[in-house]
Amino acid sequence: MDFKFTPEQEALREESTEFCGEEAKRAPEGWIGGLAAEETDEGWAYHRSVVEKVAAKGWLCLPWPEEYGGQGHGPIEQLIFNEVTAYYRVPAIPMHFMTVAAGILMYGTEGQKKEWLPKMARAEINWAEGLSEPNAGSDLAALTTTAVADGDDYVINGQKVWTSGAHRADHIFILARTDPNLPRHRGLTFFINRIGPGIEFRPLIFMNRSHLYNETFIDDFRVSRRNIIGKLNQGWYVMMAGRNFARANVSVAAGGKRDLEDLIKYCKQTQEGGEFLAKKPLIRQRLADFAIDYEAALKFAYYVCWLQSKGKDVAAEAAACGYYANELNLRLANTAMEIMGLYGTLKGGSKWAPLYGKFQDLSQWSSGFTIAGGTTEIRKNVIAWTGLGLPRD
Amino acid sequence: MNLDLTEEQEMLRRTARDFLAKEFPKTLVREMEEDPIGFRADIWKKMAELGWMGLIIPEEYDGSMGSFMDLLVLLEEMGRACLVSPFFSTAICTFPILDSGSEEQKRGFLPRIAAGEEILALALTEPAATYAAAGITTKAREDKKGCLINGTKLFVHDAQTAQHFLCIARTNFWSPPEEGITLFLVDAKSHGIRITPLPTIADDKQSEVLFDDVVVPGENMLGRLNGGWPVVRRLLERASVAKCAEMIGGTDWTVENCVAYAKERVQFGKPIGSFGIIQHYLAEMWTELGHARGLVYYAGWLLDQGFPCAREVAMAKARMSEVYRHCTRMGVQIFGGIGTTREHDMGLYYRRARQVLSLFGSPDFWREKVALEMRL
Repeated sequence: MDFKFTPEQEALREESTEFCGEEAKRAPEGWIGGLAAEETDEGWAYHRSVVEKVAAKGWLCLPWPEEYGGQGHGPIEQLIFNEVTAYYRVPAIPMHFMTVAAGILMYGTEGQKKEWLPKMARAEINWAEGLSEPNAGSDLAALTTTAVADGDDYVINGQKVWTSGAHRADHIFILARTDPNLPRHRGLTFFINRIGPGIEFRPLIFMNRSHLYNETFIDDFRVSRRNIIGKLNQGWYVMMAGRNFARANVSVAAGGKRDLEDLIKYCKQTQEGGEFLAKKPLIRQRLADFAIDYEAALKFAYYVCWLQSKGKDVAAEAAACGYYANELNLRLANTAMEIMGLYGTLKGGSKWAPLYGKFQDLSQWSSGFTIAGGTTEIRKNVIAWTGLGLPRD
Repeated sequence: MNLDLTEEQEMLRRTARDFLAKEFPKTLVREMEEDPIGFRADIWKKMAELGWMGLIIPEEYDGSMGSFMDLLVLLEEMGRACLVSPFFSTAICTFPILDSGSEEQKRGFLPRIAAGEEILALALTEPAATYAAAGITTKAREDKKGCLINGTKLFVHDAQTAQHFLCIARTNFWSPPEEGITLFLVDAKSHGIRITPLPTIADDKQSEVLFDDVVVPGENMLGRLNGGWPVVRRLLERASVAKCAEMIGGTDWTVENCVAYAKERVQFGKPIGSFGIIQHYLAEMWTELGHARGLVYYAGWLLDQGFPCAREVAMAKARMSEVYRHCTRMGVQIFGGIGTTREHDMGLYYRRARQVLSLFGSPDFWREKVALEMRL
């Protein structure tokens, strides 16, 4: 067993750390990273300016084959890059970028690769995600949006929800039903297209008032056959290619670890009853416990990545990695608020709000992440069924 | 990065699992729990023949020069089998001899340990029951014949089977607590040693050991006079991570057997493993084990490489102890009534998990260490 990285991997870590350290200094005041990129115009401008630099360095496409402008790296290099960017809260890779890129790389035709990948590598495309529907959340294969052939086009009709990033996007990918007579997972097709007539977004405001999600109404939206990725009715697998891309979602733990460091700093600087919070035994115990949790989550992400780099099926491990870190972040946010007491409830606009009200914000956001992309419960089911071989009913 | 075991380690694991399944079934575990000595010489001899005692000993002293990670692999299997033996005690006491023994001491002890002829027991903790230097009051002072040791050691594992105690004593009461500690290898048959067994929740073999004017020849002092504490600290780090390896084995057994049971136990016309709540319990146990395992292996790897690892060791011991406790608690719950009985294996692990929780420092103790390492 050897936890050491190669000199090249260390160099990538060092170089990206230096880069992110610099970029982080330009972040807007009170920046909490990740989703904030889509929320405000200021955040979006910051995101775009970072992404362009990242694209110029070739870091956007680390795992792509060299012939398509990538660097032919493996999951471990991607893990390192994702860990560093998440830790510094630098919005380096656009939302949904990997989902679409992985789908095209794995299932696209040569023509599609030549058409789409260079544009993506230059970060010219901003994607909206068209997967979930009002009646197809955790049970995504129940989706009912239809796509019907009409000449050289498909005509798509239906409704999507949780269309993240749509208000910043110029392109959309849509999973739609092309054959209602096939078994659920198999009658679906993966479309990509520029957003145009027939697509209407309506904001779906999150409980903290921020705008990331949208509802999308699709009314006779025409997509050329050329823009089907993979085979007709095989869209499920194209989507899974993207989902499978980075199974060790190290960003969740790496970002949370940084949040913990902020909380620790706060506890070292804040007194209560004449004593620094960080000197109170109960608080020390809690902070140490979180430090252990984050170390465990990061090490587990490395482990999942290692298995993935060997070509192992890691469905159960990835599910464990995901739910553990997401639950952890939610717990951290709520504990931080508890430690801060009344101050913890103040929002960013107040001069009294510690850390720009970041933890009350995260307490809301994090509860979205124990749901989005697979609820904690679904992930536990996946572990039970695929990892432990327990009966499905 | 390479997170696989080496081929040799995989082989060691297979051999150990097969051997222990065959030679140390749970019936024997129970027998050993009732046995006052808790140790079977014939099995010990076979273990020595497999090279286990000499695993971490250099070749020049008849060992096989294995790494700390190799030892962890072996201990994981021992924890999985609930092995009752003085292996752990002997192994952790071997490290200080390797680290700071004189050539003569090494030649005297190491080949005998490798051959299975020498069993060591760590006489560290005292009635203060702490792992801090200040807790050590057992006194050793120079005498015409060497050193004279006086004091009470508590929670000494395998005292009744040991040939020698690694006794941690105070040789200077005036300096700061860390600077007056010295290590001694004390012949267990010395005049003035009195051993009283301590019954524990795990029925493991612990004792109170009284040192009453025990004479130790000068050549049995290990390392420098008053320079023993850093050696003890390293020993505690290794012992803690080594205990974690045993706990991984025990937790692994628990999860595996609970999953198997959940698949076959039928209630309400279905295997209980088809119920969502049981699936989620098991998924949580499996996830917790996976996460804690990474902490333990990482700490073990750092120890092996000789890198600083105070923080990582503390993290591993704090977390693994709690994961073992939680998983065995859930294990009893999943097995239901039968899991609470003396005749069912689950209880063996349940009791051990509670035993080791405080051994070498409780989770609270280690979390405070983490806090200190974070400069809180």
